[in-house]
Amino acid sequence: MIRIEHLTKTYATDGHDRCVLDDINLTINDGDIFGIIGESGAGKSTLVRCINLLEHPTSGRVLIGDRDITSYTGKELITLRRGIGMIFQNFSLFQQRNVLSNVEFPLELQHEDKAKSHARASELLEMVGLGDKGSYYPSQLSGGQQQRVAIARALANSPKIMLCDEATSALDTMTTHSILELLKTINRDLGVTIVFITHSLAVAESICNRIAVIDAGHIVEQGATADVFKNPQAKVTRELLGMEGQVLA
Amino acid sequence: MEWFQSFFAQYGTLLAQGTWDTIVMTFVSTLFAYVIGIPLGVLVVVTASDGLRPHHALNTVLGWIVNIGRSIPFIILLVALIPFTRWVVGTSLGVPGAIVPLVISAAPFVARMVEQSLREVDGGLVEAAQSFGASSWQIVCKVLLHEGLPSLIRGVSITFITLFGYSAMAGTVGAGGLGDIAIRYGYQRYQNDVMFATIIILIVLVQIVQTAGDHLAFKLDKRNR
Repeated sequence: MIRIEHLTKTYATDGHDRCVLDDINLTINDGDIFGIIGESGAGKSTLVRCINLLEHPTSGRVLIGDRDITSYTGKELITLRRGIGMIFQNFSLFQQRNVLSNVEFPLELQHEDKAKSHARASELLEMVGLGDKGSYYPSQLSGGQQQRVAIARALANSPKIMLCDEATSALDTMTTHSILELLKTINRDLGVTIVFITHSLAVAESICNRIAVIDAGHIVEQGATADVFKNPQAKVTRELLGMEGQVLA
Repeated sequence: MEWFQSFFAQYGTLLAQGTWDTIVMTFVSTLFAYVIGIPLGVLVVVTASDGLRPHHALNTVLGWIVNIGRSIPFIILLVALIPFTRWVVGTSLGVPGAIVPLVISAAPFVARMVEQSLREVDGGLVEAAQSFGASSWQIVCKVLLHEGLPSLIRGVSITFITLFGYSAMAGTVGAGGLGDIAIRYGYQRYQNDVMFATIIILIVLVQIVQTAGDHLAFKLDKRNR
């Protein structure tokens, strides 16, 4: 379980403070596919980065399981991060490494036995449907294939949590669908809790069982996806639904 | 044709020795400049305010050292370092005598080139590595230097060719090489044919180095597959 309690994040820029996250409270249960939806600049990327401390909260707490991880540093932080996988909008694959080597990377960091890493990476590539692409380089792959490699890489350490930062925002509709299916499979078969950041309600509706809507650093709404969609409370949510309705119509 | 034959009979050995001295001077200096310049460049990037381990004081000091190193014209550094050069290699003349000031002059230049190459690495890759639990050292070696390799190799070409130019100036303190020949024969004895010959050799050397560097960088860059 991930609990975020009274989390605030402020940046000090040019003399005045910019509050990017304001008193965020969220609970993500084990096995959830939890969506965080908001416009650009709403704070969702910052929020998700507070979970693996790529961003450090200014105040408040982040609890994973029973542990307050908010001020983890050094070895503790490294160990924490190994238990959390992350994928990104632009895939962030290492361009000078081939696909297999990319997937092995997290294991290489721990000086894992080469034969074991190799086997593990091959197994993961099979799982994401790229078993025959091990010796390819990222520049030779399509966007969807690259994101699959990124997913395989994020799973290398068998994490219990996976963070997805706008993972499908750079992909076309069909590719988005196949990536979402893959994530659903991972959630179901491996029991990985997924935190999914997106600006698209349609995408969130497609895989998230629970969602939170964020606007200008505040959580304006959260709950089961179906409930939020049927009965949006917040103005922003209604706007998002209304606008997407217009776009899709 | 006859003219060429008599020219090479007279100056062939001289030019060959000069070419060899220039190549050795430049190659060895580039090597040592990178031995110093890579750690220096890495430190500048890592301690920057947007780096892995920001350290304002250290970063400022390193920046000053690099800037001062780059500010002093090579010809002045060459002369000013004579006592130091003698202490390190026992002489201030010849190829060894030129290598010391060449390295001292080139290392800050290399540091800036390395800094540039490392900064070109996509920040998203560094973030991804951090998310997998990489230490700063691992990020430097496995992400920055590895992903920056094609750019670093292009930097080596640039450094090499810059040092060809500097090595010519080393000729003014009797350090040998093609520059030395150009000055002694071309400038002091008004023998334009010799000077012309050294220029042509330098042009050929630069072409070879640049082409080889470009080719290597291209081949090694997996983004070109």
